[in-house]
Amino acid sequence: MIDILLSLLILTGAVFTFIGSLGLARLRDFYTRLHGPTKATTLGVGCLLIASAVYFSVREEGVSLHEVLVTLFLFITAPVSAHLLAKAALHLKVHSLAPEPEQARNEEQIP
Amino acid sequence: MKRLLPHPLLTLTLAILWLLLVNRLNPGHLVLGLLLGWLIPFATAGFWPEHVRIRHAGVLLRYLMVFIYDIVRGSFHVAWLILKGPSRLNPAFIVVPLELKSDLGISLLANTISLTPGTVSSLVSADKRTLIVHTIDTGNPDAMVAEIKQRYEVPLKQIFEEGDV
Repeated sequence: MIDILLSLLILTGAVFTFIGSLGLARLRDFYTRLHGPTKATTLGVGCLLIASAVYFSVREEGVSLHEVLVTLFLFITAPVSAHLLAKAALHLKVHSLAPEPEQARNEEQIP
Repeated sequence: MKRLLPHPLLTLTLAILWLLLVNRLNPGHLVLGLLLGWLIPFATAGFWPEHVRIRHAGVLLRYLMVFIYDIVRGSFHVAWLILKGPSRLNPAFIVVPLELKSDLGISLLANTISLTPGTVSSLVSADKRTLIVHTIDTGNPDAMVAEIKQRYEVPLKQIFEEGDV
């Protein structure tokens, strides 16, 4: 029973991580590509970590909650790096499918 | 009291972090965790200019539920969009006017937006009044702005800022 649950979690995690990487290859501009990998981490890695926590709590004595930490640090760092990448891209005026926002251009004039 | 224990929430968080890190619960580690949680805030005082206070724990809990639900829902959405093919995407920058005033509130809002799939916060204007968000696919930018404000900004404002202003 627990094996089925674990396999399902690992498969779901793997599928989402794969789709995230696929997005990196298939999407057309920098900003949309940013969505693929940053998003795959959230649900894909989330599923894998839940599977890991359940496995080690069941197979070995004691509860294993290391994984909560990984999730926490991932959730703190992933959006920050995504934000910085997007911000740097706006500054460098990287080619974008979406029209660039008015504010970003005004922002350039402020030193 | 405030000088002896400048950031009670941070102390508690650090103690819990320590227990998770050693991955077992016994009195010795609990004491060590609390000790670290008490000492580290003094060393890092410079990074915490604001005094963090949570006003409505219930709202915070509901906010976390909404947040997790949105991550799951949004992940399926983005996965579907990627599989469907990039040619039919309709990406856009949307501008969210900010009502939050505190740096902590704004960072949390930006982080929430980046973590929920389909949107990445890209730029906070220098006057901290607007947040520029890139969204991977939108038919109706105005509705999206309204949703972000309604779903995330209102509760964050209640949790961290109400009464401050």
